[in-house]
Amino acid sequence: MSAAALPSARKVTWSRRRRALAGIWQEFRRHRPGMLGLAVLIAVVVMALAAPLLADSAGLKATNSTDNPAFASPSEFGPLGTDDLGRDVLTQFIWGSRISLLVGLAATIIAMLIGSAVGIAAGFFGGRIEAVLMRITEWFLVIPFLPLAIALAAILGPSIQNIIIVIGITSWPSTTRLIHAQVLTLKQRDYVDRSRALGASNWHLMTRHILPNVSPLILANTTLTVPIVILSEATLSFLGLGDPSNASWGQMLDDAFESGAVTLEAWWYIVPPGLGIMLVVLAFTLVGQALEEILDPRLRDQRA
Amino acid sequence: MTARFISRKVLGSVATLVFVVVFNFFLFRVVETDPVASLFRGKELSQSQRAELTKQFGLDGSQGEQFLRYLQQTATLNFGRSYQTNQPVATEIRRKALPTIALVGIAAILSAVIGVMLGIAAAWRRRTATDYAVTGFTMSTYSMPDFWLGMILLTVFAVGLGWFPVGGIVDPASNATGFGKLLDQGKHMFLPALTLTLAYLGEYAIVMRSSLLDTMREDYLILARAKGLRDVLVRNRHAVPNALLPVVALMAINFGFVLSGAIAVEAIFSWPGLGLATYEALKGPDLPVLQGLFLVFSASVILFNLIADLLYAYLDPRVRTA
Repeated sequence: MSAAALPSARKVTWSRRRRALAGIWQEFRRHRPGMLGLAVLIAVVVMALAAPLLADSAGLKATNSTDNPAFASPSEFGPLGTDDLGRDVLTQFIWGSRISLLVGLAATIIAMLIGSAVGIAAGFFGGRIEAVLMRITEWFLVIPFLPLAIALAAILGPSIQNIIIVIGITSWPSTTRLIHAQVLTLKQRDYVDRSRALGASNWHLMTRHILPNVSPLILANTTLTVPIVILSEATLSFLGLGDPSNASWGQMLDDAFESGAVTLEAWWYIVPPGLGIMLVVLAFTLVGQALEEILDPRLRDQRA
Repeated sequence: MTARFISRKVLGSVATLVFVVVFNFFLFRVVETDPVASLFRGKELSQSQRAELTKQFGLDGSQGEQFLRYLQQTATLNFGRSYQTNQPVATEIRRKALPTIALVGIAAILSAVIGVMLGIAAAWRRRTATDYAVTGFTMSTYSMPDFWLGMILLTVFAVGLGWFPVGGIVDPASNATGFGKLLDQGKHMFLPALTLTLAYLGEYAIVMRSSLLDTMREDYLILARAKGLRDVLVRNRHAVPNALLPVVALMAINFGFVLSGAIAVEAIFSWPGLGLATYEALKGPDLPVLQGLFLVFSASVILFNLIADLLYAYLDPRVRTA
């Protein structure tokens, strides 16, 4: 066989990864709670992406709703009634999904980048680097998340960008612990020794051998971090640390509470945003648990 | 448990506490604010009055001097004065800690007990209607924002049906004492406590269920059954005690969050505790109050983490030798 007939190493790697992904999908398809969660997620993401088609964003501005009645119930106005300023609740709900999802995904990406990088570095290098990095991780684990996030958000000021940064840099330590433990077992493998003997640099070993092997775990952990982040965003927004001009579902709940919707029993203003948060959180959790069952080596043999 | 193990854990916690104390100082110095100006907004202040107030708030001198003074004061549990009320922060925290401990403590205990029982029921009757109902219910409450649940309960049961007061800890119009006052406080506590119990129990049920499912695969349970023990005995004597281990750890850790756990829910029900104090301090922002609260919240988490570690090692010998 001539050398030209051999597929390149890159091609082999990618076709192997494609096969692995197809295998995961095959297992995921049989996981009913996971598929249910995925269906809900797709529906919400489609709603968020199609927001401009579903509702006019002009309806978010109080100056455009002066003709509408305030606190009109669904029987009096639209499918979901209006808020204290006469704005359509459904319009706010549709556009709010964008902010909640955006913050949830963006903050999770930051947390995952920090968490994975610290976890891989600590596990791979060992020794003093590991001791220092894991000590810092421990510190961040015990600092109560909410007060820290509140303090940071109060100091940085309310904006979407700051909320993303605050949640991102406070949500990584549990990922680090998980990845660190996994890297410790991975670096003992023969193929790592072999690659090192062939002259591979630390960077090559970490990015080409360790990272691909922890990435399934990172994927499952990502899906389980998004719901926690979305709940954190809702709480921070409710405490007045959100961005009122880009209202997420949490911000809607803050607006509802501040405007006296509880006293007026304006349930149509209170129920939708919370229900939206709950459904998205539940859906991500179901998908994450399904992925974890399929991908986490510790859980794989337990399935019965 | 060896003395070495205990001292290592205690030293670790002390190191963490020192880190938090130092971190706390720099966290709140990142922001450049002039509390004296914002506190006396619109009022004319003479140069000497201004200097006097700056000194009172401990904002005079270099950063280094401020840091040393901060360490000294923190060591004597002096957290400075509130920008808003000009009262010592430590006094305010002490006064507001009790309502929070009462409310969140009760919710923490109830949620642990109910959650564990639900988890046992679901695992023992795995893949039955009981399991699906319990798992569906607990997953749902676990996914709700706790303050949203509070808003709904408040709208329905306090505003709509009028069964409970809408907020606070006592009826300001009533001058009942003794048992009557206690009853009034209980009525005020019911809805916030219910909210927190429902919000917390999901995690216990989920953890207990999966832990018991793991235990149910163990060989010694087959042996217990083979001995001819009744189902209830197998469950209560052999399976549950071992499966409780992770729940005990979770409980100790959650108790660490008792002080800081209910910020939004206390705000909803105007419950005069540390959570409401945080909520109000945020509006200033009242930095000394936030700083003091942050320190107290962190210290409580560190303490209960230590208790969790020691308790776990005491209950599970494998942890000590590892």
